[in-house]
Amino acid sequence: MTPMQTPTTWAERTGLTERLLDIGIAVFLWAFRIIVLFVVVVGSLLTLARGRYSIEVWIDLIVGGLSLGAIYALIALGYTMVYGILRMINFAHGEIFMVGAFAGFFTGVYLAGTGLLTASPLSAVVGIAIMILMAMAVAALVALIAERIAYRPLRNAPRLVLLISAIGVSFFLQYTVRGLFGPGIYAYPSVPFLAEPVDLPLLSILRLKWLDVLVIGSAIGMMLALYLFVMRSRAGTAIRAVSEDKATAALMGIDVNRAIVTTFAIGAAMAGAAGVLYGLMFRQIFFFSGFVPGIKAFTAAVLGGIGNIPGAMVGGFLLGELESVGPTLFLDGLGVPSPNQLKDVIAFTILVLVLIFRPQGIMGERLSRSRA
Amino acid sequence: MTAVTAPPPTVAPIASARDLWLSVAIRTGLIAGATALYLCLTGIVPTFDSRPLIRDVITLGQVALVVAFMAAGLGTAIRLGTQASPGRTVLGGTVAGLIAGAMLSALVLLGSVVDLRAMFLHASPALWNVLTFEMGTSGFWVPAAVGAVLGGLAAAIWLLPGALRMSLLAGLAMVLVMGLFAGLLRAPMLSGPLSGLARQLFAAEGLQPIGALLSFAAGAILVPLFRPSRIRARAQRLSREQRRVTAVPLGGVLLLLVLLLPLGLGPFVAQVVALIALYVLMGLGLNITLGLAGLLDLGFVAFFAVGAYTVGLLTSTGEYGIAQWSFWAAVPVAVVIAMLFGVVLGLPLLGMRGDYLAIATLGFGEIIRILAGSDLLKPWLGGPRGITNIPKPLDVGPDSFLAGPNQIYYIALACAAVIAFVAWRLRASRLGRAWIAIREDEDVAEALGVNLVQTKILAYMLGAAFAGLGGAIFASLYGSVFPSSIQLLVSINVVAIIIVGGMGSIPGVVVGAIVLIGLPELFREFSEYRFLFYGAVLILMMRFRPEGLIPSRIGRQEMHHDAAEDDPLTATAAVEPS
Repeated sequence: MTPMQTPTTWAERTGLTERLLDIGIAVFLWAFRIIVLFVVVVGSLLTLARGRYSIEVWIDLIVGGLSLGAIYALIALGYTMVYGILRMINFAHGEIFMVGAFAGFFTGVYLAGTGLLTASPLSAVVGIAIMILMAMAVAALVALIAERIAYRPLRNAPRLVLLISAIGVSFFLQYTVRGLFGPGIYAYPSVPFLAEPVDLPLLSILRLKWLDVLVIGSAIGMMLALYLFVMRSRAGTAIRAVSEDKATAALMGIDVNRAIVTTFAIGAAMAGAAGVLYGLMFRQIFFFSGFVPGIKAFTAAVLGGIGNIPGAMVGGFLLGELESVGPTLFLDGLGVPSPNQLKDVIAFTILVLVLIFRPQGIMGERLSRSRA
Repeated sequence: MTAVTAPPPTVAPIASARDLWLSVAIRTGLIAGATALYLCLTGIVPTFDSRPLIRDVITLGQVALVVAFMAAGLGTAIRLGTQASPGRTVLGGTVAGLIAGAMLSALVLLGSVVDLRAMFLHASPALWNVLTFEMGTSGFWVPAAVGAVLGGLAAAIWLLPGALRMSLLAGLAMVLVMGLFAGLLRAPMLSGPLSGLARQLFAAEGLQPIGALLSFAAGAILVPLFRPSRIRARAQRLSREQRRVTAVPLGGVLLLLVLLLPLGLGPFVAQVVALIALYVLMGLGLNITLGLAGLLDLGFVAFFAVGAYTVGLLTSTGEYGIAQWSFWAAVPVAVVIAMLFGVVLGLPLLGMRGDYLAIATLGFGEIIRILAGSDLLKPWLGGPRGITNIPKPLDVGPDSFLAGPNQIYYIALACAAVIAFVAWRLRASRLGRAWIAIREDEDVAEALGVNLVQTKILAYMLGAAFAGLGGAIFASLYGSVFPSSIQLLVSINVVAIIIVGGMGSIPGVVVGAIVLIGLPELFREFSEYRFLFYGAVLILMMRFRPEGLIPSRIGRQEMHHDAAEDDPLTATAAVEPS
């Protein structure tokens, strides 16, 4: 490392270019902001001015965004908790979600055979609860095996090594599922009760279906339970202590290993539950179903502030809404053909925007630059 | 206090007391059995069963099981070490193999009672027949018996004197390798004067029994004579002058081989070889961004797409072509445009580090892919139908040996050589040292006067330029570009090549490309399991050889330095109440 050898020439040579570069970057970043702002504001105004969509369409989009956001939020929790404790992006988390969806699927097929899912609303809810519990258990089990084999031995390796290993786990899980169950698309068992509209006096204006109530309600319920667990229970306190400082936590007598394992298991269980909700909502799953929702949920975690549990929930709902309402609201007015094709572009643009302009997310600390 | 418990020891203890042999055998057997179950249920065993290794003797699917059973026996023997008596060792191996086999027997029995196919695609009568030598479910006892015999046998092999054991294992390994490559060796031999010999040695698929015997003999005799460790030791004894003298002809022969490689190969293998050369080129390009500057770019495919689409648009004679230029005129434009994209996409990423950068670049790659296939850009880029009718660089007749993929091979090879040269010269330059400094520690590098903005942008630019070049060559190799060719997998492939080969190491990239791109392409029959193998390779490499197959000097030091750093878990162990 010898840039110091000839300090004068180095400084002379770079002085002007450096200043020019700085100005160039500033101009570029401002241009970026202005373009995005332009698309959002002008696009929205034009869309609204045209009035092609009725209020019912917007309500449907918003409710759909809430359901989607609930699923993203549940997956994002796993990313955020694991990142908080290990400073690692668990690239395979989306696959854990997919494994959960499959576990729920096979449970669901069995339950559908017994007629539990169709007999009455109450029995359907019981059946779905069993599916979710199965999915949580299987997802947690798979995540623990992955942690034991692929992550734990590398805990002190450079972080790039850990990330590559996680990418390996991701491939391995995808193609294991493909090998076990085949490459086909599986249709989730239908639960007729979920497709019925909610006929309650005040809620009827929201045009909710029972499916939306189930997805949003159970997601919020699980998130509350998780929040209480992390903030109130002993194991939760241990997890928070280990995220804060591993070495000190160890000195305080906390079993670091156990805290990490608990974190993985809880995050995976949430993702597994999200997998069942996703299956009930979109009705089909296959071995690659976990990848895109996984990346989106990571975006949600970053949006909310990675490492921050309430942040992941907020980020999830926000991303769900932006993705659901965004294409129509921002792009339709600008005359973009089939704007829904670009919903993933919106999600990834948000990811990049957040990383550039507010890396700490909505409610997190500034990690992507300092500790990362 | 919260959760004060002594953590269980994380490393499996090597059995020291004699009565532990049974538990060691059981544990090893369970692991091997779980692996064998995995191999069966993911369909590896039944799929590979259609591919013979030795004609009418053994299929690859059976080999997979044999390896699992023998691993049970060998694993038990190794864990028991020399402390157990020979009888105990063989008994332990037998028990381990028996348990592994019994798990498969249990699967067959279960399959005869319950319809497992409702869940597991491959749990079919075909699988039961593979496992029981065509006896169906009534032969459920077969895997357990075979497992016990093979486990015991493997443990007995372990007891043999060292040289004999090595010969035996080397011979078996040679049969496996020759059987796998039989098709590749046979095709070129058939057209020449050796066709009679080829028919004697190789069957249409796999080896003839004679070929297998010869391979076994060759492996058993030759491998112990030319042990890699022995050769390395001899090379180290040579003086520097002697080494240089031997290196020149050796390098010359290697170069000649590389240049003549596509000649005797069929069109299919030539395409694979061209693809390998293409990935070598891209690997070398990313090696600058990732290997030298340490910036993990998972959006490599974005620049690849820019290069491919630029060449497509400029040269295509089809619907969307705009200029009908020649390949040679279009490539510089493609490289420059890709480079500009590198700057534009690189600027926002300047402040990011580590895995954030990885995810952000991954996002960029996805954005480009979705845009390329969207209705928005369809009038220009053709939407999902892509751009077709891209001409080859050289307009030669179909009989010329430069026809088809061969010319792409040479072009990619030439470009790769240039990039390798550039990378090699850059590494020692001021810029290269600045990159390495950034990779090691950004803050320290900045304090030492390295201009982070400039240095990083240059890394992105060069990486993007080489990715664009790769995309340009890709477009003319296949004659078309589709949004579906811009997969995240391209980025992952390139990153994996570098990681497996060794970060920052130029020969490593070549080896990585051959292992990760060439082998899976050549063994098309296994293509279904390609990414399974891929994932497993990445995990195992990171665990056991994170510095890569052929590491650069710095890379090796880095990995071993980091591993020795302070470890909070050893701290846990230190304070645990005894």
